Amino acid sequence: MSIEIQGVSKHIGKFTALDNVDLTVNEGELVALLGPSGSGKTTLLRIIAGLETADQGSIVIDGEQASKRARDRNVGFVFQHYALFRHMSVFENIAFGLRVRPWATRPKNAKIREIVLSLLKLVQLEGLEKRYPSQLSGGQRQRVALARALAIEPKVLLLDEPFGALDARVRQELRRWLRRLHDDLHMTSVFVTHDQEEALEVADRIVVMNHGKIEQIGTPQEVYDHPANPFVYNFLGRVNLFHGRVHNGTVSMGEIKVDSPAPSDQDNVPVVGYVRPHDITIAKSRNGKATIEAKIQHINPVGPIVRVELERLDDRQPIAAEITRDQYYSDSYTVGDLVYVTPTNVGVFLDYDPVI
Amino acid sequence: MSAALQATKTTKSRKHHVLPGFGLSLGFTIFWLSAVVLIPLTTLFFKTCQLGWPNFVKIVTDPEAIAAYKLSFGASFTAALINLFFGFLVAWVLGRYDFPFRKFFDSIVDLPFALPTAVAGISLAALYSDKGWIGHFLAPHNIKISYTPTGVYIALIFIGLPYVVRTIQPVLEDLEGQVEEAAESLGASRMQTFLRVLLPTLLPAAIAGFSLAFARALGEYGSVIFISNNLPFKGEIVPQLIVNELSNYDYPAATGLAVVMLVTSFVLLLLVNTIQRYASRHQEAR
Repeated sequence: MSIEIQGVSKHIGKFTALDNVDLTVNEGELVALLGPSGSGKTTLLRIIAGLETADQGSIVIDGEQASKRARDRNVGFVFQHYALFRHMSVFENIAFGLRVRPWATRPKNAKIREIVLSLLKLVQLEGLEKRYPSQLSGGQRQRVALARALAIEPKVLLLDEPFGALDARVRQELRRWLRRLHDDLHMTSVFVTHDQEEALEVADRIVVMNHGKIEQIGTPQEVYDHPANPFVYNFLGRVNLFHGRVHNGTVSMGEIKVDSPAPSDQDNVPVVGYVRPHDITIAKSRNGKATIEAKIQHINPVGPIVRVELERLDDRQPIAAEITRDQYYSDSYTVGDLVYVTPTNVGVFLDYDPVI
Repeated sequence: MSAALQATKTTKSRKHHVLPGFGLSLGFTIFWLSAVVLIPLTTLFFKTCQLGWPNFVKIVTDPEAIAAYKLSFGASFTAALINLFFGFLVAWVLGRYDFPFRKFFDSIVDLPFALPTAVAGISLAALYSDKGWIGHFLAPHNIKISYTPTGVYIALIFIGLPYVVRTIQPVLEDLEGQVEEAAESLGASRMQTFLRVLLPTLLPAAIAGFSLAFARALGEYGSVIFISNNLPFKGEIVPQLIVNELSNYDYPAATGLAVVMLVTSFVLLLLVNTIQRYASRHQEAR
């Protein structure tokens, strides 16, 4: 079921948590709200759930104006710190949403048992129904919390930094598992994260937020390959900055010239070229190309790619490059070597100080 | 290889504690507990033994003594129950809401801790007497509190209140707001959230507060004697009876009654602790 967020604003004191946000989440989609802390992503999620109210704007779930109170919205919410009921067994935690229903719609005990056991199977915690939350690991607790939210057959599932409290390995496992689960259930889901890797790996679409506004909406590939602005460039992974000037539709950064796609109406203005480390090629000889000269400062050859830290000879700015192991061994680079740097895919924006 | 084996052996035989001086501090703790608690209590039992069994039974089953037990345990239990309810309310308001002078009210709760009990007794007796600030409203309705057994209840409620508030309040303040939000998003009403989520979480603390208030009320003497009429069979509590025996120089009788009080309160507190442990069996120390 779809979620439509229309013109939602929220102020907390003088702080603007959300500034006129519009967003539509399509049925069956898994959307990530990605942004730094204070960007308003959690506030937006809580407003969708009804745990907070917006100053302006409306939330439409499944074509209907969402009810005022959270308890009437029928929305599954998973908290970062699980928020399990400590005094209840796993079984009772999951059954809670069914047991508090009004008498007329409350399922019979046998039916509740059937639902809970099938959910335990779904979250791969069969046989643990008699345990208490304190006897479970973090990853298991979060899966109980998920099963508890699913028990009420919610219209949409909302997850607030669901893997934030877990250690790195469990986190990776769980997010792949969540993706598979979503592929099975196809429930409209929104999750909040500040971890770009998590968003890129799990989500169908990513909503990048900053200062209460949406910076860009797109598939992981769109936002990664074609960031809409410097903030998105910076937030979605490491990036090198090349300062230059635009002149007659051509950006010159030292010797390197790029056709300027964006700021063509202005002439002779400072611009910044953004280049990802894997879009930087380095060579031992100039080969007649326009290049930047740099010296190798550090090499980290561990892993599938080799990370090379360089320093430009002209303005002593650092450059990060990633090369293949093959190139690393065939060219046999060592620290202190002089190399020639060529950026391949450059994103050009007017000079502006990106704030993270 | 053998060296490594030996190393594990030595570490096993001498358990290593991170904090130094475990032996010394344990020894001192046991010494201190013995000097302050165990030895005086043992003397109590020795003194009682001088009575001999038939005499002991006669003294502790005397009708006056039995009336005093009833008042002492009955009033203490009732006062603790009332404190449980109102103390819960006070803790709830102080722990969950912010309002002007909250800090002031918060510190007032501790007054019964600090006030000399005799002072409390005198002021309560004056307040509830026929001409007192509160008493003169009640007198026309033929309700008397000061110098009647009812006064005993009032005094015991007064001294027990902070115990309940101070045990519940920290647990209440420590509750995660997210647990309530979780219950709400799952469709629970406020009442259901309170009854099914908050109350069970607070129960162990509430029981602990209750047992502290109860124990404190059982031992209370100073404030009660000022507000009660102290008459045998009417307003006489066990501590008063013990003091009476002492002033008659009947030490064995006094210690006999004391032993009955001691054993009974011990058994009751043990019972309450067991219930509390059962209620808190799944709560992890966070």
